[in-house]
Amino acid sequence: MVTTIDRRTTSPRPPGGPGRRRTINGAPVPHPAVRGLKGIVLLLCCAVVVLPFVAVISTSLADQEQITNAGGYVLWPTNPSFDAYAAIFRGGVVTRATLVSVGITVVGSALSVSVVALLAYSLSRPGSWGHRPILLLVLFTMLFNAGMIPNYLLMKELGLIDSYWALILPGLTSAFQVIIMRAFFMEVPREIVDAARIDGAGELQILTRIMLPLSKAVIAVIALFNAVAYWSAFFNAVLYINSTEKWPLQLVLRTYVVDNTQIGTDLPGEVVPPQQSLQMAILVVSLIPICLVYPLLQRHFAKGVVIGAVKG
Amino acid sequence: MATSAPAKRNTRWQRFKRDRFLLLLALPGVTLVLLFQYVPMLGNVIAFKDYQPYLTISESPWVGFANFEVIFNGDPAFLNALKNTLIISFLQIVVVFPIPIALALLLNSLLSERIKRVVQSVLYLPHFMSWVIVVALFQHMLGNAGIYNNWARQHDLPLLGIIGDPDLFFALITSQAIWKDAGWGTIIFLAAISRVDLELFEAVAVDGGGRLRQLWHVTLPAIRSVIVLLLILKLGDVLTVGFEQIVLQQGQVGLETSEVLDTYVYNRGIVGGNWGVSAAVGLVKGLVGAILVLGANKVAHLFGERGIYSKW
Repeated sequence: MVTTIDRRTTSPRPPGGPGRRRTINGAPVPHPAVRGLKGIVLLLCCAVVVLPFVAVISTSLADQEQITNAGGYVLWPTNPSFDAYAAIFRGGVVTRATLVSVGITVVGSALSVSVVALLAYSLSRPGSWGHRPILLLVLFTMLFNAGMIPNYLLMKELGLIDSYWALILPGLTSAFQVIIMRAFFMEVPREIVDAARIDGAGELQILTRIMLPLSKAVIAVIALFNAVAYWSAFFNAVLYINSTEKWPLQLVLRTYVVDNTQIGTDLPGEVVPPQQSLQMAILVVSLIPICLVYPLLQRHFAKGVVIGAVKG
Repeated sequence: MATSAPAKRNTRWQRFKRDRFLLLLALPGVTLVLLFQYVPMLGNVIAFKDYQPYLTISESPWVGFANFEVIFNGDPAFLNALKNTLIISFLQIVVVFPIPIALALLLNSLLSERIKRVVQSVLYLPHFMSWVIVVALFQHMLGNAGIYNNWARQHDLPLLGIIGDPDLFFALITSQAIWKDAGWGTIIFLAAISRVDLELFEAVAVDGGGRLRQLWHVTLPAIRSVIVLLLILKLGDVLTVGFEQIVLQQGQVGLETSEVLDTYVYNRGIVGGNWGVSAAVGLVKGLVGAILVLGANKVAHLFGERGIYSKW
């Protein structure tokens, strides 16, 4: 028998005498000292992840006085104000870059999940015309990548330098995602598809009425992963985008938060908030979409990734 | 023969007609794969040419293997980039790789499901942060004017000089890699552990084994094939190390310690205009990477593991 133990009921000492020792998977519960040590290690790990975010958010909300007193950063804003956010969203470089990034992310992830789903569906029926060569064509891209220089030259030849499409098009297809989605489509019982076909359903109806509803979870995972990838991409913009007014948010973040370029003169209006607050506010803006989709991702990704790993 | 050939052509034509809608669905994906994956592969011909931006690729003169001389004659800058790449990869495999395994075992040994889920949610989060965000966070936490050093100065504690010190660059990027992906890395091991039959654990306990024996005889064998699979993927990637991460921080520490193969291709080709040479380095890097993946997979088969390509 398997006994799971709730930490609250066993702390500080397990109830009952030595005759009633509780077990997990048949083995005795570890010594309280061991469990305490584990707790401390995991608590430290979590603190290392959480504390930077706390400091960033707090500093973005702090005023000049508190920042001066604290010597730069604060861990808790005593007098929170949204001046820094108001300043970066009054127009100018950060506002524009945020809109650019949102646009690229929305268009990119919507297109990519559609392209991947269509390709995966068309590859989900072994024995169809051209099935093997197309599959091999897709799989080979996992093994060999052309490299940065030819990719750059291709963009130049296509006239896509300084175009948003240069940031969107190359990331639309992913062999790995095609394989994962194809595996999901192939799981759908053959009988359902055949029954639908006898009832007169065409390929498009089978895809939209049967396959997609049954694979909602994996489609959500892939769309969200692609959204995160489009939002986070930084170097493709360094390569392909020349004009500053087309910069996505990650490049703005690099310039003002990593390289510490003074932002004051690049914002319209009188800039009152301190430099640190502005920097941290930009950082928070770049975090917000991730934090918004994170709960959704989390509900789905374990499943998607695990099944991908098992079948991949 | 004479009768079977037209019949066969006929069935093939019938299959094509039957599947034409499927092929239509595959068209956008296949076009994108061909254009953005395969056309650049052909673009690698400039590795054998003296490419100049004012000429087209076909107009540029052939130079044979002259561009490959940096590799075969051992250009010092190239060798330096290769050395740094291999050192970083070594650190990735020896230091970074085992951490998610240890963390997964630790998480798995937690008694409370709820605490486990909370810790997981926290530790997965940094994976979804872009490299720009991670580098920005590290600078503002640990940099010279960052939150830790501010605090340490006020309390007369030793300062931390890890940001911007060339001698500590490898330590810095290794710790960034751990911060970002150690938590996320546990997901695949936890999945493998969760598939273990609970009766195996109890069998060990019945035979008088404790939790350590369960770990050694049940849990570790259960994740062995996943470990091998991930090591194979890692080996295929030894020549590719965090490009965005490094390019963001190259300015602070100089090329001597921070130049890796990918940044060499970028700096020498796109920044420096030596298109042919950097395409040659990129091409060799891609080919060696493909050979490494196939080779590692073969070795895994020899050791009786499934590897990655066995099913395809």
